[in-house]
Amino acid sequence: MVRTASLWRNVKFWRFAGQAIAVIVVVALIGFLGANLNRNLAQLGIRPGFGFLQSQAGFAIGESLIPYSPSDSYSRALLVGLLNSLLVIGWGLVVATGIGITAGIARLSSNWLVRNLALVYVEVLRNTPLLLQLFFWYFAVFLTLPKPDNPIRWLGFSLSNGGVTLPGGLLLSTEFSSLLLGLSIYTGTFIAEIVRGGIESVPKGQWEAGRSLGLKPGQLMRLIIFPQALRAIIPPLGNQYLNLAKNSSLAIAVGFPDLYAVASTTFNQTGRAVEIMILISLTYLTISLVISLLLNLYNRRVQLVER
Amino acid sequence: MTVKPLPQPPSSRLTQTRIWLHRNLFNGWFNSLLTIALLALIGSVGVNFMRWVFTQAQWAVVTTNLRLFLVGRYPVDQVWRLWTVLAIVLALAGYSGWRSQRKKASAVGGSSNAQLLVAVPIALLVIFWLLGGGVGLARVPTNLWGGLLLTLIVAIASTVLAFPLGVLLALGRQSSLPILQGFCTAYIELIRGLPLIGILFMAQVMLPLVLPGQPNIDRVVRAIAGLVLFNAAYQAENVRGGLQSIPKGQTEAARALGLNLPLTLALVVLPQALRISIPAIVGQFISLFKDTSLLALFALLELTGMARSILAQPQFLGRYAEVYLFVGLLYWVFCYSLSTVSRRIEAQTRFRR
Repeated sequence: MVRTASLWRNVKFWRFAGQAIAVIVVVALIGFLGANLNRNLAQLGIRPGFGFLQSQAGFAIGESLIPYSPSDSYSRALLVGLLNSLLVIGWGLVVATGIGITAGIARLSSNWLVRNLALVYVEVLRNTPLLLQLFFWYFAVFLTLPKPDNPIRWLGFSLSNGGVTLPGGLLLSTEFSSLLLGLSIYTGTFIAEIVRGGIESVPKGQWEAGRSLGLKPGQLMRLIIFPQALRAIIPPLGNQYLNLAKNSSLAIAVGFPDLYAVASTTFNQTGRAVEIMILISLTYLTISLVISLLLNLYNRRVQLVER
Repeated sequence: MTVKPLPQPPSSRLTQTRIWLHRNLFNGWFNSLLTIALLALIGSVGVNFMRWVFTQAQWAVVTTNLRLFLVGRYPVDQVWRLWTVLAIVLALAGYSGWRSQRKKASAVGGSSNAQLLVAVPIALLVIFWLLGGGVGLARVPTNLWGGLLLTLIVAIASTVLAFPLGVLLALGRQSSLPILQGFCTAYIELIRGLPLIGILFMAQVMLPLVLPGQPNIDRVVRAIAGLVLFNAAYQAENVRGGLQSIPKGQTEAARALGLNLPLTLALVVLPQALRISIPAIVGQFISLFKDTSLLALFALLELTGMARSILAQPQFLGRYAEVYLFVGLLYWVFCYSLSTVSRRIEAQTRFRR
């Protein structure tokens, strides 16, 4: 028989064997690591479980969207952190998009000065670490501003080392402002390049047609070019949004109590490495998933529907 | 023989300048206003910045700590070892550059890269021996490595170590075996959904917990392990991009020649796919190079961590702007030159194809 002779040459056999080996290796690895983890945790006297979340946190949190005091539980503290994270991500997405679109269009301006300023902005800030920029904004800029009783007033903004007051009277803390500014300006450089690429991908004929219809430059951009550029912009823009959400975890560098910062404090107090790791991972994965889901929905709307 | 100058167009140099100015800065009232406003802004910012740089800033914090910024607390009498490492790296880079030049000139090509394949691993071993010591050299423990040196070591080591893992993950994700593909996709997407800071936390805290016997692993090694796990997922996506751009005909042709799957991948698909993904891989290295700054949050004294530890000394209190601008410049020089190189490679490969 041919079958018995050629087991070694049987594709089906190898496909099965390959997958079986993969499963065995992964299961063995997880089992090995899990067994070590169990033994090590037992030696440290830590019993795994999420019960500790109900005990009293005992640490204060600088700013919070919901009422919180140190006598509240760890779960409440982590919720405060999560809300703070969502707040900075939400604002960051808006501000970064604004900066990015402005700089991206400026990169294509007919004005030499505007074009090159945008180029310098992109090339300088894209090529230095975000963490360093956050330190710079917080320590070298915001903390050196004048005291709150003598703020710098500019366009309705009022800047001091106690925070930023927006034209509406809303006060943003120094930590939040420097994180928001750093995140948005850094992400803005990447968005600018995406916007520039998107606009450049629109065929020249579209510009010429728009101009010959008598549209003004602003109208031409808003009504003809940008909607078409969006098709090339949205998918990579989504990646930048995900990056911004993940990078918001650098809040700890400027002392803003986001989810990671609160979780890290919780770890220092309780030593619950595994539980906290799981909580952080699940939360960020959920945030990432929600953002990419929303972007996919929007992407389907802007993509070209052909006949 | 003297070349007669071409007859000049009627516009003199002055009018040409005027035309350029008109076209690029003053075409229309809006652009003219914009130009003037921006000039005023740049002028005032520039003057203030220059005044700060030359009169107010105290650069002593940089000049007195220059050694710390560059090599950390690496023993002074052992610094020759770092120079040797630099010489080896430059020699290797020069050699491979010269080879590729010669290859291009003779247009023969095809001479195997065997020499480099042998030379690079040996060089890496020698470099790590020189850096860490042992076997005839004084030991320099990793807690003395610091500054730019540590940043470079961590970035290069984690890229080199993550690369094979990334290639395997990319191949696994492209595989037709559903379970294998599932595992690789799950790993890649899991890691890409998490912030790096979380992965570094895991590496610092969890790594000792999941290994037998609660080993006391070096902080630098833990950091590199975290960066490798992180970086491999991103490298995998870069390589996958290259793999997807290889036409199916290549695999089919290799199969028709009688090559089995491993040989098809190793001799036909991967060489082409990797070449295409070089710009993306360099881009990933730049990103990783910047990301090493996160180690400062885990008490490592790489460039950013060193900056923070210097700023914590009482005599340099408050010199944030000087230190962060200097460190930022160091990062920028590396990242910008690398991105220029990457763009050139991209243009070259596009030209060749």
